[in-house]
Amino acid sequence: MSASTGMSQDLASYNFAYLDEQTKRMIRRAILKAIAIPGYQVPFASREMPMPYGWGTGGVQVTASIIGPDDTLKVIDQGADDTTNAVSIRAFFQKVANVAVTTRTRDASIIQTRHRIPEEKLTEGQVLVYQVPIPEPLRFLEPRETETRKMHALEEYGLMHVKLYEDIARHGHIATTYAYPVLVAGRYVMDPSPTPKFDNPKMDMSEALQLFGAGREKRIYAIPPHTKVVSLDFEDHPFEIQHFDEPCALCAAEGVYLDEVILDDRGGRMFVCSDTDHCEERRAAGHRGRLSAEEAYTGREDAIRETAR
Amino acid sequence: MTMAQFDTQAVSGGFTDPVFEAQAAFRALMDASARPGTIHDLPAGLAPPAPLGAGSGAVMLALCDPDTPVWLAEALRGEAVSAWIAFQCGAPIVGDGASAAFAFAAANDMPALSALSAGTQEYPDRATTLVVEVEAFEGGEEIMIEGPGILGRSRIAPMGLPHSFLNERAGNRALFPRGVDVVLVCGSRVMALPRSTVLSRKSEQEAN
Repeated sequence: MSASTGMSQDLASYNFAYLDEQTKRMIRRAILKAIAIPGYQVPFASREMPMPYGWGTGGVQVTASIIGPDDTLKVIDQGADDTTNAVSIRAFFQKVANVAVTTRTRDASIIQTRHRIPEEKLTEGQVLVYQVPIPEPLRFLEPRETETRKMHALEEYGLMHVKLYEDIARHGHIATTYAYPVLVAGRYVMDPSPTPKFDNPKMDMSEALQLFGAGREKRIYAIPPHTKVVSLDFEDHPFEIQHFDEPCALCAAEGVYLDEVILDDRGGRMFVCSDTDHCEERRAAGHRGRLSAEEAYTGREDAIRETAR
Repeated sequence: MTMAQFDTQAVSGGFTDPVFEAQAAFRALMDASARPGTIHDLPAGLAPPAPLGAGSGAVMLALCDPDTPVWLAEALRGEAVSAWIAFQCGAPIVGDGASAAFAFAAANDMPALSALSAGTQEYPDRATTLVVEVEAFEGGEEIMIEGPGILGRSRIAPMGLPHSFLNERAGNRALFPRGVDVVLVCGSRVMALPRSTVLSRKSEQEAN
């Protein structure tokens, strides 16, 4: 433990990673039970964090409870490393835990995410921590916690199928595109947090451990590695992920999840990778999309210099 | 035992760097639970009073506190162990396994899984975690395991578990999502068999 001994000399270790030790133990016990019962939402005594609910307090508490001095942390918000939520949570852990941070998916040992799973396949040593707003998949169908708890206890998920069926009756197809319900290890129906359904297949038999934290709703749940995760569907209306007509405008990637970016007020738009690290790596490897011409960059830099003058 | 010896024994042999060693112990347990049957290293250097082992001590100090009632097997119920637990983590010691959050035992002194709490159908997380000291992780009867966290099937052979263990585990698995979670420790190493893991005798599988 030489690394950690050095660590404790540099930093007051009694509040390493913000939370006090008793809170960490409580969350750690909840995480172990969550792993033992895949997909079941374990109640925990969620603490107030120095950020509002909705900013990832559940994910932050899970990360704070598992992180150690040797970890490398990556934080993404809708796939991006550089948006407000991702930047501030990354800065938070740099400050309170003094850990290494990265934007490269494969260098991270812990990835905290809001609503995306990285495009790059996760590996065995990695942990994916989801920030979850509403953990209960049945909540919009049944508002009473006592009832949804009973439904999970009795494995009574007919209502969820009725909801998907009503989608088909009304729209001709299952219109749920995010927070698409999944069945974990053949037992619990689980809300994968508001990830696009595009990412659902990545949860199935993942090599990484997946942990979910909902701060306001005070629930922690988990999917161990190599666990069957099935998106609910019907034989005649099988589960399908979103498809995009064009590749990423910057790196020409296909088969990835794209964000729409409005370019002007005359209907101009582009579709770019939601996973910024994936897009940057592809561009560094020489892939070029429709709008990524080197000249366009030089032109823009000139324009910025003009403005600066 | 004089009073002076008793006092130092209770206050020594815990984590030397509690924050980081507790984190390391938890990560070993988390990885072990996420990948049942794999062996992970707990922080070494703990010296709880005998017969409580170093690995069991590390698990206890990482997870137990005044919120978690602890049950001890007959052999562990000495004054020295009780005093150590009281000083090191303050966990209350209970006589009834069904009300314990954690239970500690040696393989030859294991309680029946049915004597511990399996949680309720609504709250299956309110179940006991049983920490068992085995003689070795290899050399015992060969057991095949499968379930969440295991790619296909895998083999373990912990030594010293009672012969009835597999039958008890089958009964425990039938309760799912209720059930007792088992953690095996040997020295300062740990292996987890959460309730989701299905165990079967290798010889039986070959017969099938």
